[in-house]
Amino acid sequence: MSDGLVVDAIESYYGDFKALHGVSLTLKPGSVLALIGANGAGKSTLLKSICGLVSPKAGRVSWRGRDITGLRGAQTVGLGIALVPEGRRLFKSLSVEENLILGGQIGRPGPWGLARLYDLFPILAEKRHQPATSLSGGQQQMVAIGRALMSNPDLVLFDELSLGLAPIVIKDIYAQLPKITGQGMSAILVEQDVTRALNAADQFLCLAEGRVSLSGAPRDHSRDAISAAYFGT
Amino acid sequence: MDLLNTVLQGVLVGGLYALFAAGLSLIFGVMRLVNIAHGDLIVLAAYIAMEVIKLTGLPPLAALVFVVPLMAALGYGLQRAVLNRTLGGDLLPPLLVSFGLSVILQNGLLAAFTADSRKLDAGVLETASVSVGGLSIGLLPALMFATAVAVIAALQFMFYKTALGRAFRATSDDAEIAELMGLDRRRVYAWAMALCLGVVAIAGVFLAIRSNFDPFMGPGRLIFGFEAVIIGGLGNLWGTLAGGVILGVAQGLGAAIDPGWQILAGHVAFLLILAVKPRGLFPRMDG
Amino acid sequence: MTQFTLSRATLASRIAGLVALVVFGGLAAAPWWASSAFLHLAGEFAVYLALATLWNLLAGYTGLVSVGQQAYVGLGGYITFSLALFFGVHPVLAIPLAGLVAALVAVPVAALVFRLSGAYFAIGSWVMAEVFRLIAAQATALGGGSGISLPASVTKALGGKWLREASIFWLALALGAGCLALVYLLLRSRIGLALTAIRDSEVASTSLGIRIGRVKHVLYILVAGLTAMIGALISLQKLRVSPDAAFSVNDWTAFVIFIVVIGGIGTIEGPILGTIVYFLLREFLADFGTLYLLFLGSLAIVVMLAAPKGLWGYAAERFGWSLFPVGYRITFKD
Repeated sequence: MSDGLVVDAIESYYGDFKALHGVSLTLKPGSVLALIGANGAGKSTLLKSICGLVSPKAGRVSWRGRDITGLRGAQTVGLGIALVPEGRRLFKSLSVEENLILGGQIGRPGPWGLARLYDLFPILAEKRHQPATSLSGGQQQMVAIGRALMSNPDLVLFDELSLGLAPIVIKDIYAQLPKITGQGMSAILVEQDVTRALNAADQFLCLAEGRVSLSGAPRDHSRDAISAAYFGT
Repeated sequence: MDLLNTVLQGVLVGGLYALFAAGLSLIFGVMRLVNIAHGDLIVLAAYIAMEVIKLTGLPPLAALVFVVPLMAALGYGLQRAVLNRTLGGDLLPPLLVSFGLSVILQNGLLAAFTADSRKLDAGVLETASVSVGGLSIGLLPALMFATAVAVIAALQFMFYKTALGRAFRATSDDAEIAELMGLDRRRVYAWAMALCLGVVAIAGVFLAIRSNFDPFMGPGRLIFGFEAVIIGGLGNLWGTLAGGVILGVAQGLGAAIDPGWQILAGHVAFLLILAVKPRGLFPRMDG
Repeated sequence: MTQFTLSRATLASRIAGLVALVVFGGLAAAPWWASSAFLHLAGEFAVYLALATLWNLLAGYTGLVSVGQQAYVGLGGYITFSLALFFGVHPVLAIPLAGLVAALVAVPVAALVFRLSGAYFAIGSWVMAEVFRLIAAQATALGGGSGISLPASVTKALGGKWLREASIFWLALALGAGCLALVYLLLRSRIGLALTAIRDSEVASTSLGIRIGRVKHVLYILVAGLTAMIGALISLQKLRVSPDAAFSVNDWTAFVIFIVVIGGIGTIEGPILGTIVYFLLREFLADFGTLYLLFLGSLAIVVMLAAPKGLWGYAAERFGWSLFPVGYRITFKD
């Protein structure tokens, strides 16, 4: 277990609001976890608590056997954790390529670089000198994914991967997902579309009002059970 | 010819105002901070230059070799120790803390150097001039203007073409996500302030060569710099130079009418532009 | 079923109200029992209390951080002197007139400086004050750059020495208490509810349909008028106006900001506590000159960083104190 991610009973706040009440999870290297739950269940806060944008008030986060609770975002990226944030949040005064370069600027060694990314998303090579926010929603999501991959992470946290994107674009991006996670990389996937998330993952965790309501492998639970856990009934 | 001469002198003085303004513009662009002590830091740089000259016997402009790094180091430390603690979205803390700093600097300088006005002696540079078609161009004002152009060109290059500039822009866009790229905002801001005070050092030394200075002239310099920034348009460095020039020319024309009108004419030009084009003449950034 | 009662007053606030009445009554009689040095100091105290209360109303509740309120202090003084010297207006009558004129002047000024937001508004308001100061320095009829004293013929209108000192003190007392009462009543009113909403969250209050821009605008003009009345009074206390003193950023804005920050911004009690602290510090440390100002500046920074709500905010949070109940308290009974 010491080579993966272990979240142990963390309590985190979103402003004054207590968003997580003792949430735990474990993630083995190379596996994909679908994190599901209704709006406000604490999914984003959990991701932020892992990558260091939110500092848990209690509990422990460890990564590859090392305690990373309370490390800043600027430190976790060097340990191989990357976030694809909700709403993409590209740097608007940077070009596509500058966004990607910035993603890789910590210089962590690994397979990902500009050439390989342009291979994965050829359209980005074409538009690399354009301001990042001038691209379409789907292309912007590719930049956001690319920016995270450029740091050569071992764990990528995808927050609302398909939010606001056209169905055809979502299909495209999911088609590329195995190429990304196939490199022995772990991922946590937050997704509105529960079915799609469960199909792409080998385990799942359902949050309701800041607590784990159900977790396990998707095939071990009926859709009804998952649905009940989702709505917290 | 007199009028042309007045305008020309105003343009050249505008270079000094642009130097006052460039640092202000840079830190506002990176961290949305308006540092009320900016003018007092310019005056502090003048006093530091004075002390450096006393110790080393260097001419004022050569003293910049020491003054620029000293001020930059001070900026880095000030940002890390004090100003970073004030940044968090709320308007009041940075404003009030820098206001407190301004009072501390003024009275600290008063305690250390008395209220006597001082001046740096740059020798022949102060009086030398060249005559071009009947217009007399002073070497010092010309050098000041050229320095302003060079400083702004360098800042512009840094901001848009270097890794440091990329870090500044990214942190300005979204500091939280920039953290996830390994950019510790506390450090990025400290570098921005170091750079800002490096420019302030240059401005301070030119100020001290051009005119007398005393511990209380900081707020006036802050206001000139601020006016240049707003006239030129927020976040536009070349606009800031234009703003400085407009301010300098307005002051020159005012002084030509009546010496008591010099500063007032600059303020009036600023207010007119604010009334007509509230976002400045060449706006770039929103915010 | 849970029952609850709504109340505004607390025991502390009732006692405070009683104490305030007694103090006010005692002070009103001060010309009969106190020395003229005391009257002078108390008058100055009232001036700073009023300025701090007004600045706090702007900065603490509407987020308008002005570094240029000295514009209106100076304007009030200059209008009072103009009215008295050129139009023969009785100096006391000149005070409300100065407030009125300054409020009118504040209308176009607001139209300009409101184009700047946040910290830029702060410096923009400062530029405005500088413009006023420079114009005053050009007014040769009022002494130009060196200023002018109120001639004896005008000061006579205020009566003999005792009556003059007493009436200036009463005016200060009335203005100080009046500003405090006005802000208190304002914050209890519907506008107060809107202001508290702005203080707590500007975004949320916009969505509640509060017309923030308008509330801010009206308050800015109101505060300008009141500040000018205080400026008018200051000019009578000093019997002299000069551009540098009447439009001093240090005297009329820096100290006022420190008072509010140290006492507690965004509360009514804060400026009162801040003014007391300021006068205590001044009495004990003013002999140290510049060191005293260094200390004051550092204290303001430390308070801002360590206890952003000031001494009063810190105490109120810890002990639940409230002397001026503007909100409601809910008490549950099972």
